[in-house]
Amino acid sequence: MKLNTNSNVYTIVYATIVVVIVAVLLALAHMGLKDTQDQKVKLDQQKQMLVALRYDLKTCPNPAATYEELVMDTLQMTKDNEKANIIRFRLPNGEMKYVLRLHGAGLWGGIGGYIAMDEDKNTIYGINFNHESETPGLGALIVEKPFREQFEGKKIRNEAGEMVSIAVMKQGKTCEAGEAYQVDAVSGATITSTGVSDMLRENLCTEYADFLNVEPKTEEE
Amino acid sequence: MLSQKTKETLFGPLNVNNPVVVQVLGICSALAVTVQLKPALVMGIAVTIIVALSNVIISLLRNTIPMRIRIIVQLVVVAALVTLVSEVLKAFAYDVAMQLSVYIGLIITNCILMGRLEAFAMTNKVWDSLLDGLGNGFGYAIILIIVAFFRELLGSGSLLGFKVIPDSWYAAGYENCGMMMMPAMALILVGCIIWAHRSLNKEEK
Repeated sequence: MKLNTNSNVYTIVYATIVVVIVAVLLALAHMGLKDTQDQKVKLDQQKQMLVALRYDLKTCPNPAATYEELVMDTLQMTKDNEKANIIRFRLPNGEMKYVLRLHGAGLWGGIGGYIAMDEDKNTIYGINFNHESETPGLGALIVEKPFREQFEGKKIRNEAGEMVSIAVMKQGKTCEAGEAYQVDAVSGATITSTGVSDMLRENLCTEYADFLNVEPKTEEE
Repeated sequence: MLSQKTKETLFGPLNVNNPVVVQVLGICSALAVTVQLKPALVMGIAVTIIVALSNVIISLLRNTIPMRIRIIVQLVVVAALVTLVSEVLKAFAYDVAMQLSVYIGLIITNCILMGRLEAFAMTNKVWDSLLDGLGNGFGYAIILIIVAFFRELLGSGSLLGFKVIPDSWYAAGYENCGMMMMPAMALILVGCIIWAHRSLNKEEK
């Protein structure tokens, strides 16, 4: 007997069976691989934090172990937002650093990163950026060392103690707070650079305001 | 071992019937993932696996698929395979998965896949369909690798992440070509490959 493969009943049954099989298959695969994936995401975050702490991943054979060695504890900032937690690290030379997670928007998608602060909650020790889909060779250069290194040692408060953050400015221009509070933008990547600038200001002045003791007045600026 | 026809099925897409330079399919992803050699390699392998497997599956089902929903069935099969590959990459090659980001998902819309399923797998036997899928996957991968080779070499001065242009060249005034990093340059390179390919294969046309 030959089935009529063009009948309505056959079509509907066929479609249902195919969809159910595929759904079960994908659900199983997702569940089976979830643990490994989560581990990879965690390891990636740890690597990024190490980069923010001025570690060179190429000379660091086992990032996970290094991370475990350095990490001290996690300061819970808000109850429900785990990502806003601040992680404290103790470097081999005894210095203590805070690592804060950053997130913002670039040109084509989200940008993010980690910023490592000295104990005074003012001096930037190191910074790391990541991005979803910035233009290779332009916006994507924010992850490279030459751009990141500009932030090291910068202060996020002016001499009067007000929070000014760090501005990413085009070469030749000076931001309001003065030259000490800016870094050079990536040329040809204006929107990504502005995105980095905004991300720093918004994260430091709003999300981490309590931690950094930012006065509400400066927050509005 | 292989008959003339199967040879043609397997090796045709590598040259005279190449999906990218002759049929001009799958250009979008060819532009996007060829800045560096490594993602291009992974993309080539991923597409090859997916074309071959989906060709086999559709060829197995070809006599049972209702004609009216055949495109939907093809899409479901392709989408399932792509999701699987994406999950596996995330678990075992996280860096590469991040680098390829949305383009792995976009393999679903790669015209080579639907083209091969509709034109070949629906009407051919399983073994032939497998060879056809492999052939077209490799044909696609070769072009990706050629383009990525030139883009990474001239754009970043490296291959597979290793520096190949000596520092003394940079000291002498050599500079990486920023244009190579832009998607537009990939299109121009593909154009050059098509030009070379056409002039080499003039007689066969």
